[in-house]
Amino acid sequence: MICLNPYGDLSFPKTMSTHAKTRIVGASVPRKEGVDKLLGRARYVDDIEREGMWHGATVRGTIPRGFIRSIGFGRNIDWTEFTIVTVADVPGKNQIQLIVADQPCLADGKVNHCDEAILLLAHPDKHKLREAVASVQIEYDPLPPIFSIEESERKDTIIWGADNLLKSFLLEKGDVETTWAHAAHIVEGEYRTGAQEHLYIENNGVIAEWNAATGVTVWGSLQCPFYVHKSLLSVFDLPEDKVRVIQTETGGAFGGKEDYPSILAAHAALLAMKSGHAVKMVYDRMEDLAATTKRHPSRIRHRTALDKNGKLLAMDVEVATDGGAYSTLSSTVLSRATLHSTGPYVCPNVRIRSASWATNTVPYGAFRGFGAPQAVFAIERHMDEIAAAIGIDPIELRRRNFLRDSDTTATEQVMREPVILDQLLDRALAESDYYARRARFTRENPSNPVKRGMGIAAFYHGSGFTGSGERYLDSLAGVDVTTDGKVRVLVSSTEFGQGTNTILTQIAAEAIGIPYEDVIMAPPDTGIVPNSGPTVASRTSTVVGRLIERAGLQLVSMLQELAGLGLHFSLEEFFAACDRYRAANGKIESLCRYEAPPGIFWDDQKYRGEAYPAFAWSIQVAQVAVDTVTYSAEVEEFWAVQEVGRVLNPVLAGGQIEGGIAQGIGYALYEKVLLQNGHMANNQMTNYIMPTAEDIPPIHVFFEEIPFRYGGYGAKGIGELPHDGPAPAILNAIRDATGVGFHAIPLLPEDLFAVLAAQDTITEPTIV
Amino acid sequence: MNDCWRTIRFNVNGESRSLNVPPMKRLLDVLREDLRLTGTKEGCGEGECGSCSVRMNGELVNSCLVPVLQAEGACVQTVEGLAINGELHPLQEAFLARGGAQCGICTPGMLMAATQLLAQNPHPSMAEIREGLAGNLCRCTGFIRIFDSVIAAAAKSTAVDEKQAPHAR
Amino acid sequence: MRGNPEAHGMVAPGTLSGVLQLISAEPGEWTPIAGGTELMVAHAAGSLGAQKLVSLWGIPDLRFVETRSHTIVVGAGATFRDLRAHAGIASQLPLLAKASSWIGSIANQSRATIGGNLVNGSPAADSSPALLVYDAEIELVSLRGSRCIPYSSFHTGYKRNAIAADELVSAVHLPLRFAHHRQYLRKVGTRRAMAISKVALAATALLDNGAIKEIRLAAASLAPFPTRLSQTEAALLGKTVTPDTIQSAREALLAEATPIDDIRSTGAYRKHVAANLLEEFLRQLSSEESQQ
Repeated sequence: MICLNPYGDLSFPKTMSTHAKTRIVGASVPRKEGVDKLLGRARYVDDIEREGMWHGATVRGTIPRGFIRSIGFGRNIDWTEFTIVTVADVPGKNQIQLIVADQPCLADGKVNHCDEAILLLAHPDKHKLREAVASVQIEYDPLPPIFSIEESERKDTIIWGADNLLKSFLLEKGDVETTWAHAAHIVEGEYRTGAQEHLYIENNGVIAEWNAATGVTVWGSLQCPFYVHKSLLSVFDLPEDKVRVIQTETGGAFGGKEDYPSILAAHAALLAMKSGHAVKMVYDRMEDLAATTKRHPSRIRHRTALDKNGKLLAMDVEVATDGGAYSTLSSTVLSRATLHSTGPYVCPNVRIRSASWATNTVPYGAFRGFGAPQAVFAIERHMDEIAAAIGIDPIELRRRNFLRDSDTTATEQVMREPVILDQLLDRALAESDYYARRARFTRENPSNPVKRGMGIAAFYHGSGFTGSGERYLDSLAGVDVTTDGKVRVLVSSTEFGQGTNTILTQIAAEAIGIPYEDVIMAPPDTGIVPNSGPTVASRTSTVVGRLIERAGLQLVSMLQELAGLGLHFSLEEFFAACDRYRAANGKIESLCRYEAPPGIFWDDQKYRGEAYPAFAWSIQVAQVAVDTVTYSAEVEEFWAVQEVGRVLNPVLAGGQIEGGIAQGIGYALYEKVLLQNGHMANNQMTNYIMPTAEDIPPIHVFFEEIPFRYGGYGAKGIGELPHDGPAPAILNAIRDATGVGFHAIPLLPEDLFAVLAAQDTITEPTIV
Repeated sequence: MNDCWRTIRFNVNGESRSLNVPPMKRLLDVLREDLRLTGTKEGCGEGECGSCSVRMNGELVNSCLVPVLQAEGACVQTVEGLAINGELHPLQEAFLARGGAQCGICTPGMLMAATQLLAQNPHPSMAEIREGLAGNLCRCTGFIRIFDSVIAAAAKSTAVDEKQAPHAR
Repeated sequence: MRGNPEAHGMVAPGTLSGVLQLISAEPGEWTPIAGGTELMVAHAAGSLGAQKLVSLWGIPDLRFVETRSHTIVVGAGATFRDLRAHAGIASQLPLLAKASSWIGSIANQSRATIGGNLVNGSPAADSSPALLVYDAEIELVSLRGSRCIPYSSFHTGYKRNAIAADELVSAVHLPLRFAHHRQYLRKVGTRRAMAISKVALAATALLDNGAIKEIRLAAASLAPFPTRLSQTEAALLGKTVTPDTIQSAREALLAEATPIDDIRSTGAYRKHVAANLLEEFLRQLSSEESQQ
């Protein structure tokens, strides 16, 4: 049963759920699938075998751009044992459906990046398969490649569309040009961020089956079953009911399994179709690192006008990202970067010109934060540079410019929900003992080869899809009841460690009024669950959670109205009423469709209006030590204070913040993608460096809650927020420690060395 | 090269096993494919991530780097051998209560490393915990709640040692 | 997994003499594999050329740590965990204990052997700088007998060494005469654990009335193979530690070192940081001396 009356009472329950006292929501109930994971019983895709299963592998290009002249098959292999799939075998469209369908499923006579998939092989023996991959000889007629934003902008070589420009935006508020002449201060800066690899510990993998009667079935490590479903419909030219996608237990994703699995699923399904066997394709680490998506590199320029008191008058921002060879999600990443580029500040005049450029590198894609980490790095570093340039304390500068209640943002969105940045900042400074530590370091640094500093970052993260995105997604979700006495949550939202299963079953249990143990998740199978939208954009707890909350309340109302359930009921009475309802109606389910909160209007042309229905807010503080003997910077301690609407599960929420900060620390100081001729040369875990248990500092997490009435039990989403702040907080701390501002990440010891050693201004400790 | 296959006898989780396998097959693959013990995971194949960690003869090893021939006569413990008769090991309980597992892919290896650590050192300091787990990469948790879980499991055995402040360096 | 297990034969004679007989009968045909922490990585990457492997694992004659009157003898098959657990090494050869704790992770230390570390011959090898400043000797054994060579003569080029085709490294001999030497070892890696050295410096020095009577310096990743910094040593021998001697020692090191740019770091960084490590050591010497 779908929501009977979308605009009636059922949408706005009698008690204000966001402020009501709750038994399960807000409690640290154990992770729903935790026991299986701890017993080693959880089944990830590579743990699964299908009857008669073969293995699949990809033959990839070795040049960044050029025509494929010939494909040869080495004589040492008995090719009759293999299934070979080329672009000619694609039954439907040779396109991966995302936003723009410019990425081919398999290269069609031309390659536009290193490691592009050219053909596919399948064989029952995975060792013979590897030999075969090595025995395919491809010859090319190379074309000149381009590898940087600058080369792409110059347009000497056009590699995509008419002008290499994947996407652009122009956002204007007021008129920045009127401010330069009379501004007391004008400060400019350019900031760069590098690519970042997700490094989920489980590599990408799928198993596909094809059957003339039932079509394509895919099991895999993925975030968005319906994205994969949509793409397969097009590649195979099949109707919706002939494609089925099932998510397997997924060992980390972080956005790296949002769009990429559509490619892998198509590959495996093509091999399954042609071979007549189930085909498993699981990447090894070297392939996953080299060939799959990463975070968009960025170059962001700020030109800022301020009055004599350090109040912002104008922000003129140029945002540029490197999108790689195909557009994938570059337009939406650019959108979020644009909308986060001016920081949590009030500014009457704003101009943001953003552009995403094509290069001959492996296409970049979604990664936790989705443009915000890049944008927040730039603005929060820039604020400290401004502070230094005009002689105001960086904390004070921020306070003078913070958004507050009823202020308008760069898109003219009025802050109708409370904004408590001052309060968060006060708490962060107190918890970190910021001023006392800074004073101590100022005293100690001159006589210590290790220089210490403190740095902060202030930022927000918009919850859910931008503007009209959620309306476009039109998510549907709800609950049903099984015959063996469990309530099932029906969503296509997936679990990959962040806690989807737990929080949604908590919400359902709370809304219905039954124990947490009696609610389970329906399998994440497009054949079973409705499309509640992709598991991205920090939308699950706020948007989907709200749908589950409504559906739960609706279920109870339904049973009370139509199946004799009383106002107060026991668990037995509840299931008895469910049985009665099912007997009368055949099945029992309660589904709800997305409703936009009132007053959300977004102009996609002018980039104006309510960019996001809600924002989570955060202040992060880093204490960093720079060793002038080795030029290594290490984070010694970290604090994060955030206002997130509602903390649905404190243990899980804290874990999300800590994990996001750890990834942010990696982004700032350790993780570098080294490209040589457009190929990732450091594609092994020994050479792509993420922080270990010995590198992550103590992290202190504090939550504030101002429930958002349109989010699940008041939640606003937290998955991406914590990754936005660490990089600027850390580099601001390095500036504090050394007096030197660095403008690019990853900031490695070699980069610190290049500047600090040349400076010769580090005070040597005196010989005793 | 089937004539190169060898019969390897070893003990896995208390059970004697005998298998005919190529000597250079990785212990990881023997566990997962021949014995269908899929709890032990492959994350990198290079001995960097630790998700393949098992205990062999009372020592922690990366099973992706052990040729099965060298496991002849060994006593191997995997994650499947931690819980006894369906009852969670104290480490597993602690991880569940304290959020030590998120996506769960690093968890089996992490539990093995933690088991090894507590077997050597029942009351490790924070520095010793960090070192003991440094070979197990977790991309989800930032390690903080893994540390908390290990401390909680250690404390459960006897009285809490005051040097184990959860957020100390 | 890009390697094919069936493409590699492997035998385990189980005794040292069994292994020696094999490699004597077919010199150059058999690749010894100890803990496998290098070779199995190549196997997984599909780049293990060796078709025939002979296992050294679990051979008692190779896995031991023995304290004798003037030396500690470490069997080539001793794992770094064995080294860390040995009280004699901890107290008498602290740099070796420290280096052992740097090898990979706890899991790697259970399997990586000191023999394997030396034979692999990476210029970044963790144990090498300490062994060089401790005047280690390498015992090589074959059916023809055994011989000892100074470790400083063991590496003959990038990943080339002095082992004859029918020989195995059987032990490392460490003379116990550094008890009164000042000792220093520091590694600079990409992170605090699980890091290949970008550069490392080991030093032992004996002072006499503030003057450097003996000095041994060795580094990782400043040359194609682990080596002593003989010119830098010469610049320091007989000198007291002053700002001038620190400066000339730095210059000697910068002139002597030939590090490369590679996937992990740059030559310029390595050189300069090595000079900083040297300076750190010398200042320590100086401040310890003035506290006497």
